[in-house]
Amino acid sequence: MIVRILGAGQYKLDEAQAARLTPLDAELTATVDRGDEQAFKQALDAAVTLVREAGSAVAADSLATSDVILPSPDASLTEVRKLLAEDGIALG
Amino acid sequence: MKGTAASMSVMKRVSLIFRAKANKALDRMEDPRETLDYSYQQQVEMLTRVRRGVADVATSRKRVELQMNQLQKESDRRETQARTALAQGREDLARAALQQKAGVQGQLNDLQSQFASLQEQEEKLTFASQQLDAKVQTFRTRKETIKATYTAAEAQTRINEAFSGISEEMGDVGLAIQRAEDKTAQMQARAGAIDELLASGALEDHVGGSHDAIQAELDKMGASTDVDSELARMKGELTSKSVPQIEANGSGEAAADPSGASAAEPQDG
Repeated sequence: MIVRILGAGQYKLDEAQAARLTPLDAELTATVDRGDEQAFKQALDAAVTLVREAGSAVAADSLATSDVILPSPDASLTEVRKLLAEDGIALG
Repeated sequence: MKGTAASMSVMKRVSLIFRAKANKALDRMEDPRETLDYSYQQQVEMLTRVRRGVADVATSRKRVELQMNQLQKESDRRETQARTALAQGREDLARAALQQKAGVQGQLNDLQSQFASLQEQEEKLTFASQQLDAKVQTFRTRKETIKATYTAAEAQTRINEAFSGISEEMGDVGLAIQRAEDKTAQMQARAGAIDELLASGALEDHVGGSHDAIQAELDKMGASTDVDSELARMKGELTSKSVPQIEANGSGEAAADPSGASAAEPQDG
């Protein structure tokens, strides 16, 4: 599975690693849904750390699309909500 | 679908948003081959934008650095004032100078955190620019291969793949640029305020300047000290001239000693 961390590149995770990410993603989703900024930061940090440490960086010249995308490691809850709500991503 | 969207994983949702964008752009293209050239052109533009972003952030960072140097000088100057004032027994002036210094120091700390933040943005944009650059190169090569090797119908799948991959990167880079621009705009507003402050003389009135009450006072004290020492010198001259008439005072007046002590020193040949 390929995971992109916004602003920090793409990582390849094998199945076992991806399985470890699933509960962290669920936790992240829960914090966003209930609007808990502090818990959100922790969940995001945990997910980003797992992807960075367990995954291997995808070569910069690869054009592979990601299966899932994590918000930027320093994103705020407000930013993420905006990202999820909007269609304002500049794809050029 | 709408009902499940709220509980769908955040990571999945973000990727779907990116993908939907790419698909929408693809749908607008009538000729797949045209897509390739058009998309490539946009990629090159985005690359220019992100590189300009790096340069802009660097400019802001340098400006903040310059202001930090100015404020540091100002802080040092206030400290010197405080020492001078204290040496002359003016604790009130020393206190006032240190209060000024504390104000400057507060602004300096603020600038230091701005500097760190700009540095971070610069690193992020540099990374984004490198990633995009590598992907654009790949896209360009692939674009030519697709055009040369495949019929329009065959090319479609390959074009979609390449386009989706690069679109995701473009979306990511676009967000990075936007974040950097937001941060830089905030800092520029604050940097502008500090520039105005520096220019208005509130901080940089400088030595002997009329805006700086502490320095004016110290200068005045310095001038009166000069007058005092001049007076003392003159008094001294008058006293030494009158020495011969007051013989009784005598022995302590080394300056008046006519004996030529140096000539009496033994010289080894």
